[in-house]
Formats: sequence, structure tokens, C-alpha cells
Amino acid sequence: MAAESTLKNMVLCLSAVCLICAAVVGGAYAMTKEPIDEAARAKTTASIAAVLPEFAGTPEQASVNVDGTDYTYYKTDSGCAVISSTSGFGGALTLMVGIASDGTVHNTTVLSHTETPGLGAKCTTDEHFIGQFQGFDPKQKSLTVKKDGGDLDAITASTITSRAYALAVSNAVKVFNKLNEGGQGNE
Amino acid sequence: MSKWHFVTDGFVKNNPTFVLVLGMCPTLATTTSAMNGLEMGLATMFVLILSNIVISLIAPMVPDKVRIPVYITVIATFVTVLQLLMQAFTPSVYETLGLFIPLIVVNCIVLGRAEGFANKHSVGESALDGLGVGLGFTASLTVIGIVREILGSGSLFGWKFIAGDGILAFVMAPGAFLVLGFLMVLFNKYLAKK
Amino acid sequence: MEYFLIIVSAIFVNNILLAQFLGICPFLGVSNKLSTATGMSGAVCFVITLATVVTYLLNQYLLVPFGLEFLQTISFILVIAALVQMVEIVLKKISPSLYQALGIFLPLITTNCAVLGVAITVVTKEFAFGGSAPHMLNLGQATVYAIATSLGYGLAMCLFAGLREHLAGNDVPKAFKGLPIALITVGIMAMAFLGFSGIV
Repeated sequence: MAAESTLKNMVLCLSAVCLICAAVVGGAYAMTKEPIDEAARAKTTASIAAVLPEFAGTPEQASVNVDGTDYTYYKTDSGCAVISSTSGFGGALTLMVGIASDGTVHNTTVLSHTETPGLGAKCTTDEHFIGQFQGFDPKQKSLTVKKDGGDLDAITASTITSRAYALAVSNAVKVFNKLNEGGQGNE
Repeated sequence: MSKWHFVTDGFVKNNPTFVLVLGMCPTLATTTSAMNGLEMGLATMFVLILSNIVISLIAPMVPDKVRIPVYITVIATFVTVLQLLMQAFTPSVYETLGLFIPLIVVNCIVLGRAEGFANKHSVGESALDGLGVGLGFTASLTVIGIVREILGSGSLFGWKFIAGDGILAFVMAPGAFLVLGFLMVLFNKYLAKK
Repeated sequence: MEYFLIIVSAIFVNNILLAQFLGICPFLGVSNKLSTATGMSGAVCFVITLATVVTYLLNQYLLVPFGLEFLQTISFILVIAALVQMVEIVLKKISPSLYQALGIFLPLITTNCAVLGVAITVVTKEFAFGGSAPHMLNLGQATVYAIATSLGYGLAMCLFAGLREHLAGNDVPKAFKGLPIALITVGIMAMAFLGFSGIV
């Protein structure tokens, strides 16, 4: 049965277990590192492709500071995809916003959110709501919900989420405008 | 097959959710849909089987006084391996289940089976026990998920068959407690009849 | 202001028991009597705060600089287990009366997922309060978050224990006796707490 609980035995046993476990975890980490990075890259590439018009080459990653917040963006020959994060109803709401070279919003997609299932979480599925942003021209219309005097229909019963979504998109537009002001963005 | 009962016990007699009432946190938190419940159950089963096997192997060599830290280390190792594998190959599932994957470490079912079963039984029996309890847990989570998904979103495994929104409360926190409570009543009724 | 929002959000809006489902096992286990419930809440409060600060520092100064974030789960649970043991030993020596009140609950806390849950949440999740841009918590905010979360745990626990003491004397159908009726009661409580959502 169980080995005796002498100090020597206990120390030996704990050290052995820790060593073996460390080796197993380390090995698993080394083996999965490549696929994990691959999966993260694939996700980013897929969301950039989803929000921008067709482009050639690989998107260039860079970051820029607008109004005290750092934004990561990806530049391609068809426009610019900006990662924009605001506070929604349940916590952080992070979007990938694609802005075409002419300054209109091409498409948006949610990267991560913690909104209520069935209410705010509809911002990932509600076709009418998401559709409003496709081809949206921020120079012609206002990027706020109708309740605040803007041009966007909010998701039913989820005004806060809709506001956060609109704010994230409008922040992304600011980023785009800043990048284009100086002709070239700071890389 | 005389050892078959190790598997079936986990389903009814030792059902981790409805009889032993262990591992309540993931049971309540991840069962917003049938699919989520199923995935959480399978993730737990993975850890349960492997930790049962390893612990039954090393139990004779472990001094009694340090057995709990050793078990916890073994379990945490498998959970970390599972985390890494899920991040690599099923990133979207990993994101949905989120915090509750690392929290398998403190799921009382896993430590409970290690301490209560695996350290006194052979490797084969422990593996079967892990399979049985894991399946029982998966089945309970899936059932709760099915009920909540039908009532809350009018769909089943993502297939929508009732138009409209459903009763939102069942997808949110209160529904988890209510559905588990009422399912437990039904389970009690069934056990009483037997 | 930010601290105030963290406190309100952690106690009421995202109540750890009723909205986040952490630490349910001991919640159902020891909420039969108000006195044990307060004892357990006290012990949890103590350990969550201590564990969060220690694991936050561990993560910040050891795991992140060496790129070992994938060891979070395994190192946090070992730190928590060791911490609980140490608290038990120290408490026994320093304050036997406090040890008597909290001591019996301490061994149970290692496997209370609220402790590990809060520790992991604090170092992995971005928080956003009252319209501010989402950000990671700093040490001060993390500490306040841990204290407020455990107060929320205590609040829900004591409210529920009070209700359950009254339930015990009532005539409930046989199949509902014990846990089922308790779970349904928690469900209704959680519904009441939903009313807080959206205020932060």
C-alpha cells in the first residue's frame, strides 16, 4: 500500500511528481505553440478578409494612438481594418471594423464580447443591425443610434450594446481619418 | 461483462449532477445551449479519465500525507494540457467555455473520484469509472442545455424550430437554477418510483 | 469613481454567485444556517483577497516576464492550496478565536472555484466600467475587485441562508425537499439581482 510518510519520501515524491508534470506541460506547450499561433493568425486573417473588399498581398499590421488610446490596424490596398474596443453592457466589446479606401465602412465583425445571450449578443447575428454598417458613409450620416439623434436602428431592447457598437465603429473611422490626414499612417 | 457496472453507476446511481450534486459551477454556467453543455461535459471527461488512470497508477508510491497536493498537481497538469490542445485545435469552443476550462481543476468531481475511487482501484477499473462518471456528467449537462436552449432560444443544437426570441430568462442566470431545480425534482420522482 | 463602479459592479451587477456561477458547491453546502454561512463568507472573503493579490504579483513579475502565462492554472492552484494551509497555521497561532470561527471552513476553500475563478479573471479579462475603454486591472483595482467580489459572495450567501432557515420549517412536496427547492429559490433571487444589470 501507500509508501511511508517520512520527510524523505514526501520530498522525493513531490519533487518527482512536479518534475514529471512540468515536463508534460512543457512538452505539450512546445507541441501546441505552433498550432495556437496558427489558429490566432487564421482568425485575424479571416476577420480582415470578412470586413474589407478583396485585396492583394498580406495585410500590414501597425498601431496608432488616437485621443489617448492605442489602436491596432491592418493596412491593405483596398482599405484599412481597425480593431476597436468599447465598453458594452456586460464588459468589453471588441470589433474588427473594415474601412474602404473611399472612407466608407465596408463591413464589421465582432471579435469578442460579453453581452447577454439573446439580447445584446444579437450584435453578432442580427442581420438588420449589422447590415446597416455595410457601405455606411460616415460623412453623410451620423454614426449613433436613432435614440441619440443618429441614423442607426438599435437592436431591440439592447440600446447600450448598440451604442457601444456604434461608438466602436465611429472610433475606427476616427483612426482611419487620422491615418489619412498625413497622407501616410505612422508605421 | 462484470465491470460494466462501473460505467453505468456513473449514469444513475452515482450521477454526479443530480445525485452527488458535485461540480455545480460549470453545470449552471455553461449549459446555455445543448452544444455548450455537451462540450463542457466532454472536456471534463477527458481530464477525469486521464487523471483517474494516472492516479490509480501512482497511488501505491505516494506517501499518504502528501497525496492531495500530488493529485491536484496531476489534475492541474491535465487541465493545462487540455487548455493548450483546445486553444490550438478548437479555439472557438475554448472561447465559449472560457474560464470554466481552467476551473475543471477545482471541479469537485475530479478530485472526488481521484480520492474516493482511483486510489483504491486498478487502472482498468479507474478508467471505466472515469468514463462512466464523465458520461453521466456529460449527459446531465446536455439535458440541462437542451431544456434551456428549447425554452430560452426555441432551438435545439442550434437548429431553430420556434420563431421569435424564446423566454430569455432561461438563457440567463436565473434559468440555470430553475431548470436544474426542476430537473432534480423529476429525477427524485423517478428514483422514488424505482 | 472607477473604484466605486468596480465595487457596485462586483457586488450587485456581476454577483459572483448569482451571475457568474462561481463557488456554488459551498454555497449550497453550508447555507443551511445563517451562522455557518457568515463564517464561510468571512473565510472566503479573506482567502479570495489574499489569493488574488499574491497570484496577481506572481503573474505580473514571474509568469509574464518569462512568457509562461500558460502555467497560470497550475501555478495559481498550487499557490492557493499553499496559501490556505498557511492561513490555517498562522490563524491557529495568532488568533484562536478567529480560527474557531473560520477554521473548519478553510480546508474546503482550496476547491472553491470562486477563489481560482477570481484569480484567473483578474489577470486575463479586460474590464470596462461606466463607458471607459476596456483595460486590464492594476494591482489596486484588482484588490478592490477581489474584496468587492467576496463581499458580494457574502451578501448572496447570507441572504440565501436567511431564506433557507425559513424554508426548513415549511411543508414542501417530497420531491422538492432539500436541494431542488433551494435551487428554485436561488433562481428567483438571481432574477431579482438581474434588476441591477445595466446600472454600471
